[in-house]
Amino acid sequence: MEYLNIKPYKTRIYLDNAATTPIDPKVLKEMEPFLKNDFGNPGGMYSYGYEAREAIDHARTIIAKYLNCNAGEIIFTGSGTESDNLAIIGTAKANQKYGKHIITTKIEHPAVLETCQALEKAGFDVTYLSVDKNGLIDLKELEKAIKPETILVSIMYANNEIGTIEPIAEAGKIIAKKRNKETGLPYFHTDACQAAGSLSLDVNALGVDLLTLNGSKIYGPKGVGALYLRKNTKIEPLIYGGHQEFGIRAGTENVAGIVGFATALDLAQKSIKTEVPRIKKLRDKLLSGIQKSIKKIIVNGHPTQRLPNNIHISIFDIEGEALVLYLDQMNICTGTGSACSSKMLEASHVLRAISLPHEIIHGSLRLTLGKNTTEKEIEYTIATLAKIVAHLRAMSPINLKYTR
Amino acid sequence: MKKLNKSPDVISFKGTPWLYSGIVKEHFLNPKNFVIKGKPTFKWNGVGMVGSPACGDMMKIWLLIDQKTDRIKKCGWQTFGCASAIASTSVLSVMLVEKGGMKVEKALQISQMDILKRLGGLPSRKIHCSVLGDKALKAAINDYFRNTKQGSRVVAEGSRMIDKVLKITDKDIEDAVLHGAKSFEEVVERTKAGKGDPSCLPLVEELAHFYISKYFPCENCAVKGKK
Repeated sequence: MEYLNIKPYKTRIYLDNAATTPIDPKVLKEMEPFLKNDFGNPGGMYSYGYEAREAIDHARTIIAKYLNCNAGEIIFTGSGTESDNLAIIGTAKANQKYGKHIITTKIEHPAVLETCQALEKAGFDVTYLSVDKNGLIDLKELEKAIKPETILVSIMYANNEIGTIEPIAEAGKIIAKKRNKETGLPYFHTDACQAAGSLSLDVNALGVDLLTLNGSKIYGPKGVGALYLRKNTKIEPLIYGGHQEFGIRAGTENVAGIVGFATALDLAQKSIKTEVPRIKKLRDKLLSGIQKSIKKIIVNGHPTQRLPNNIHISIFDIEGEALVLYLDQMNICTGTGSACSSKMLEASHVLRAISLPHEIIHGSLRLTLGKNTTEKEIEYTIATLAKIVAHLRAMSPINLKYTR
Repeated sequence: MKKLNKSPDVISFKGTPWLYSGIVKEHFLNPKNFVIKGKPTFKWNGVGMVGSPACGDMMKIWLLIDQKTDRIKKCGWQTFGCASAIASTSVLSVMLVEKGGMKVEKALQISQMDILKRLGGLPSRKIHCSVLGDKALKAAINDYFRNTKQGSRVVAEGSRMIDKVLKITDKDIEDAVLHGAKSFEEVVERTKAGKGDPSCLPLVEELAHFYISKYFPCENCAVKGKK
């Protein structure tokens, strides 16, 4: 790649924080005792057990504080995906006698989308709400979609690909208005995994009955998630075999993971006021730098209602997988929604839902900043991206014309 | 913890976390003979382009063929596509011009499999990205025949009509397989073959199995083994 006349950055520039985040050293420090000496089963009736139990209860209290709920409404699980599965399948099973209709959106994470598809095969009826070109749902369409037999509405808080933030509180009000007073249905679930680092998680302000969180997107450990479950919400477990987590999620608790997750959420939510403006400023610098140095691109997602660390662009005339692999050679880690990068050879469902044509989807690139991202890294990324794009474009026989 | 042996699909020969073989990597990162901004530096006498931006692959090949010796003297190309697509066009261009240039007759015989072999293989889900190289080459050679008044040598695209109503050919079925259809049902779903003329379905099934076993022999064995 000598002809590109660039050297790889001295360290790795990690711009895929929407995929996962590095663990915060403070989080690791809090977890350490439970990976070493404090190994007890929280169910044990001796000091080792009590100490572990106390750590979990404390973690639950921390999380409940940010969700503005009771500690007893937090269920720890093995991941965000598991929380989504539990929220959807668990409430569907427990409430199917009242109806078999579920509402979700076309741009959900596969943890929600594929779970709903599985329920369709089991005889449930699912409505997939469409989104506009910025990725926002239409609240009127939601209102129209709610039927007497609707038992659950699941809408993501913020989209993992294009970063659009959905109007959850407004949707919550609409659902509350249409709710059956006797059964309390439909329930409202939101996947907040992408939102936890930058948005308020107050379940009462949002008007949700179930909310999914996980550790690995907020500088916490992987393999731990939580589901907020409003009191009196009817649900059936997915995993049987013990009384843990109020009988809703069996299995010996992942004590270190839970402690790390709660610590991570505490750090993330506490620093929103300082971290969000900082990361937004860096993000805007990166985006305007890209817009200045690369012609023929479009920015995807909502211009203002979007996650502060997210950039999603489509670069014309080149293909995303080739671009991401070139960037990796320069020590820049990024993601793409191009079909060629996926195992299924299918273009991203989110980019199709915002009505991008296939030839534009092929050139998509997602850059998600993190708390370790520096100004120097941003400057290097702008310069390097421009050179790689110019190289791939010089090699490309096409010249697309497209306006949105 | 001992490191696991990873499947050859997702790991390079040296065990680095690269998806492709070292040869693919070399041709992708240091492509040979590509034409900058669509302007070849040599005087070409044949050009061919295949693919579509919507499908994610498009290739253009320029050739300079010496009429006296019937050998390919120069080859330039442009590709829109992923790493496999770029690498397979690059390696094809090298195959054509090395050792004094390939004879036109031999170049017409080049298949996707020859390109794959030379690349040291591709992950199975990436094979479809290498299908355009030989097609663009054939188009360029045909263009050379036309430009040099050798019309009798033009090779017709050998395709056979399967669904006469919807005008679906065996090439369409082959393309569907190369673009990821892994069963007769998926081929039907993608091509809509049989929707116009249901009587062709047995033939579609036969062709689907033929192409699946041709391009994905190992996966086919695995499926058979399960039965």
